[in-house]
Amino acid sequence: MQNSSLDFLPIVLTFIVAAGFVVLIMFVTHWLGPKRFSKVKMESFECGIESQGNARIPFSVKYFLVAILFVLFDVEVIFMYPWAVNFKDLGILGFMEMGLFIAFFMVGFYYIMKKGALKWE
Amino acid sequence: MSEVITPKVNIVAAPDGYSQPGFFAASLEKAVGLARKNSIWPLPFATSCCGIEFMAMMAPHYDLGRFGSERLSFSPRQADLLMVMGTIAKKMGPIVRKVYEQMAEPKWVLAMGACASSGGIFDMYSVLQGIDKIIPVDVYVPGCPPRPEQVIDGIMLIQDMVGKETFRRRQSQEYKDLMTKYGMENQ
Repeated sequence: MQNSSLDFLPIVLTFIVAAGFVVLIMFVTHWLGPKRFSKVKMESFECGIESQGNARIPFSVKYFLVAILFVLFDVEVIFMYPWAVNFKDLGILGFMEMGLFIAFFMVGFYYIMKKGALKWE
Repeated sequence: MSEVITPKVNIVAAPDGYSQPGFFAASLEKAVGLARKNSIWPLPFATSCCGIEFMAMMAPHYDLGRFGSERLSFSPRQADLLMVMGTIAKKMGPIVRKVYEQMAEPKWVLAMGACASSGGIFDMYSVLQGIDKIIPVDVYVPGCPPRPEQVIDGIMLIQDMVGKETFRRRQSQEYKDLMTKYGMENQ
């Protein structure tokens, strides 16, 4: 059976009706609903309390750095699991490779300690 | 053996109108009023023990959801009804007022309990003697605290007012004068 593009017309119509209904309802509600504007009303809602200052100020996100470092060392531990399972097969070579891997990580750990990334205060 | 349980569901009656087979015509104002009154979103402003009674009213035993008000709005932007429940200290006054002013039109206010209505037993320097000193109130529910049935009765009075509200009321001079009386600027 051949499908002509005309067969999809009902779907297109459904989309038009759906979008049209939304637009219509939005217009109708704006037209029917009463409105009053005042300076107090236009202020941002802060549970009725006077808002102070601007929200767009930079502040240190210490938690983010700690979380990212946690993920890094977490992944390191996850890498150790397959190595531990195949410990005997991999032998001394695998042990040395793992030692090198951990040594690299320790260098990074020493670096962040020196940088003071884990100092909370 | 199973019994067929037919749920007792009340559906709101259609407004007065003109109907013939295939169509029904009613005044738009009445239709909008019907929709509004059965979907009031309350903003609970609970400061003391009346708030506890309000929680009982929202819970399944009394269930305000039966009246279409199960959706509480904790932002004034979507709320229709400000429910002030509890003692409003004079320091709390400006906050109640600001929350009221930031609500979208049309809006209604219900004062629940003796404290919100008149200051109640707290006839003293620190307590506002009724919230109608700072914002216009539509329905007062007396009691210390009022029982949930009383509050539901108050909500039903509000529903009645909402259903009968005319489109032009919020633009009327009377309403503007009321706002001016409470020192809320018109723009």
